[in-house]
Amino acid sequence: MELPQLEHTRLRRHDSAASVPQFCNSPTMIVMVGLPARGKTYISKKLTRYLNWIGVPTKMFNVGQYRREAVKIYKNFEFFKPDNEEAMKIRKACAAAALKDVALYFTKELGQVAVFDATNTTRERRAIIVSFAMEMGYKVFFVESICDDPEIIAENIRQVKFGSPDYADRDIDEAMEDFTQRIDCYRASYMPIDDEKDRKLSYIKIFDVGSRYLVNRVQDHIQSRIVYYLMNIHVTPRSIYLSRHGESELNLLGRIGGDTGLSPRGKKYASALATFIKGQKIIDLKVWTSHMKRTVQTAEALGVQYEQWKALNEIDAGVCEELTYEEIQENFPEEFALRDQDKYRYRYPKGESYEDLVHRLEPVIMELERQENVLVICHQAVMRCLLAYFLDKPADELPYLRCPLHTVLKLTPIAYGCKVESFFLNIEAVNTHRERPLNVNITRNPEEALQTVPDHI
Amino acid sequence: MMRGCSSRSKLSQNQDRAVCMTNCPTLIVTVGLPARGKTYISKKLTRYLNWIGVPTREFNVGQYRREFVKIYKSFEFFRPDNEEGLKIRRKCASAALNDVREYLTEDGGQVAVFDATNTTRERRETILEFAEQNGFKVFFVESVCEDPDVIQENIVQVKLDSPDYTNCNTEEAVEDFMKRIKCYENSYETLDEVLDRDLSYIKIMDVGQRYLVNRVLDHIQSRIVYYLMNIHITPRSIYLCRHGESELNVKGRIGGDSGLTIRGKEFAKKLSHFIQEQNISDLKVWTSQMKRTIQTAEALNVPYEQWKVLNEIDAGVCEELMYEEIQRNYPLEFALRDQDKYRYRYPKGESYEDLVQRLEPVIMELERQENVLVICHQAVLRCLLAYFLDKTAEELPYLKCPLHTVLKLTPVAYGCKVESISLNVDAVNTHRERPANVNVQRTAEDALQTVPPHL
Repeated sequence: MELPQLEHTRLRRHDSAASVPQFCNSPTMIVMVGLPARGKTYISKKLTRYLNWIGVPTKMFNVGQYRREAVKIYKNFEFFKPDNEEAMKIRKACAAAALKDVALYFTKELGQVAVFDATNTTRERRAIIVSFAMEMGYKVFFVESICDDPEIIAENIRQVKFGSPDYADRDIDEAMEDFTQRIDCYRASYMPIDDEKDRKLSYIKIFDVGSRYLVNRVQDHIQSRIVYYLMNIHVTPRSIYLSRHGESELNLLGRIGGDTGLSPRGKKYASALATFIKGQKIIDLKVWTSHMKRTVQTAEALGVQYEQWKALNEIDAGVCEELTYEEIQENFPEEFALRDQDKYRYRYPKGESYEDLVHRLEPVIMELERQENVLVICHQAVMRCLLAYFLDKPADELPYLRCPLHTVLKLTPIAYGCKVESFFLNIEAVNTHRERPLNVNITRNPEEALQTVPDHI
Repeated sequence: MMRGCSSRSKLSQNQDRAVCMTNCPTLIVTVGLPARGKTYISKKLTRYLNWIGVPTREFNVGQYRREFVKIYKSFEFFRPDNEEGLKIRRKCASAALNDVREYLTEDGGQVAVFDATNTTRERRETILEFAEQNGFKVFFVESVCEDPDVIQENIVQVKLDSPDYTNCNTEEAVEDFMKRIKCYENSYETLDEVLDRDLSYIKIMDVGQRYLVNRVLDHIQSRIVYYLMNIHITPRSIYLCRHGESELNVKGRIGGDSGLTIRGKEFAKKLSHFIQEQNISDLKVWTSQMKRTIQTAEALNVPYEQWKVLNEIDAGVCEELMYEEIQRNYPLEFALRDQDKYRYRYPKGESYEDLVQRLEPVIMELERQENVLVICHQAVLRCLLAYFLDKTAEELPYLKCPLHTVLKLTPVAYGCKVESISLNVDAVNTHRERPANVNVQRTAEDALQTVPPHL
């Protein structure tokens, strides 16, 4: 093993990826395969978001983007005709440029996974990618999406193609007509991954949006995780509701952690939440809470069945459990400063870090992907982690996401992302959000340290 | 992971039931010619599901046949034109299904693994009807393999020791078994992508090179697929041991994060020699994030990975206390723990049950890997061992895992061979047996009866 990885496993206070095993030693290229409008970009973006969230540096390379930069204005489908030599040259050059950037990402930016998002529908194109990867020492895993359901394809086109820069000046019918012909340009030369000829390759074939999968030669842990993830996601419309527990007794006192019950206002919130949920008229809603009193009490007011997940418990603040920020500054001033320096990776003595939290929330995310309508009643740090996953927020923003009490966030997947609606249920509560102070130096004075502490009793 | 199912509305902490993955029971049905690893998969899957808390049992139709037809004569029993044989085999399948029904509806089972060839569509139809009548979900696991080497190895590993062949020599047994396989081949109808497109199944091809997965319906099926896609049969060994003796160990204190004693350091050195002598190719070394395991690994002078989830059980308010102090300060808790050591959760800490949940990714990765040395802690080691040796939740917290001893696990046939190697460095005993009196009103003396000696 290389020396850098040895460093990686040494005992250090804020050892970053030490809680997850080495995913792979050589970088991995995930190569999408499929006709247009088969969900390749949807899968690419989602997979990239997931891998980054669990701590695997991943980047997406969409060849269509490169093409749009090379050919400023898109005229029509004729660009994609197989006999259009001029265009073929440009398209090959774009793919090559993208591959070059993949290499740069791996070597200069220390990326671990690159998702190469293009049709890659011919054996010839795939062979070029495979030899490129072999030369550079990268692993390759193909993800092919096969779908012939005209309704799904039409829906895809509606959701994402109409918003594309290619069709900015077209009306819907023109765009649909043009795009259909674009697909036909690829169809004639489309050679799906062949189970016989390509039996040495590593790949997953996804049929009909996940009704069936064919998985061949999974090589390592990261590929196994990717397969598991891809087999759990779906495109059925649904909404995910995220909320914290109602205001708790310790919240009022400005104390962190602990396991107290709801304050009177918190109880009011629980009823308001019940009313709100009923008003949303959600089919088959699953309700999840943590094991802590405050989330369970909040759920009780809903009068429906709910499931408790230990993994949804609030971040463990270790020696700082149930202290106020003032007390933390008084008793552990250095820790307090270190936390402000790197709030994502900082681990409370005998407690957890946000990074640990993400790790323990991964099964929750996996199950959220499998489910349809879900209401998750959880805690501030936990909610920040979940939100960061859905909204693709990086590690340095995650610990500062605003998740106020008594506010429900409704997330609805659309197109390539997530629509967020925020509902404040009009019950006052303390503010528990502490911004990063200006001075994070360990030599700072108490006043500077406590500059951003929100008010409390 | 899911906890406390749909009926949960009380705050009682220690009442955590087994995980509720689905609302209706699931029937896993194996499919495949003889010697394709169906029983191997059935037993392993059953072991895994029980370990993660899903009550599962396997029903091997071959067993039923052996009980019915006391003496196995030859492959002729399995000839497709042997009417007498067919009648008996059908009866056995029915008897097994009957027991499945009882297990899933009356005995609290959640998953039943129906292990038989089930190679005809007709037989599978019968099972599907049975399942529909009883409200069970069905998930097929088909194993397809044409590699003669793999099949030969299967036969050698498990068929030769079968009760069917106790009186045959190796050649006779292999010959007969090959003819037995032939009896099934002609009528074998593999799961078909088109004809069976509405069924839920995974088809495993060539021992895991390739998988076809169709219509995964729910969480438990998704977990089963993930598990099946991660196991392999490449020969390898897993080495399990605890950290070297620690400072808190000698003081009789539990938990904490102390370093090694002198004897502990000696163990680390001996471990290093031991590992070198074993001459293991490509050994991965894993530790927890606690000082004592890391210090032990450091002595090996090889790269190692730290897993937070391998940290010792969190004893909450009892961290770093001696059992005498726990008895003095928390006599009630101490008794409750002895009453149900698996499910009992330390206040502000964890239970063994919690530990199993957090160790699941370790188990999954151990399945994926080949040669691994895991340097961990007493409770953690008990959980891992229970998985490999199929120990129940009652036995798990009392498995003996002494310091300075390496357990070498080598998968063999349907189970695991265990070699226990003491590296001959003295250490305190940290194993506390369940005392005779677990009543909350017991005396301190009764409570401390089984505490091992310490400084």
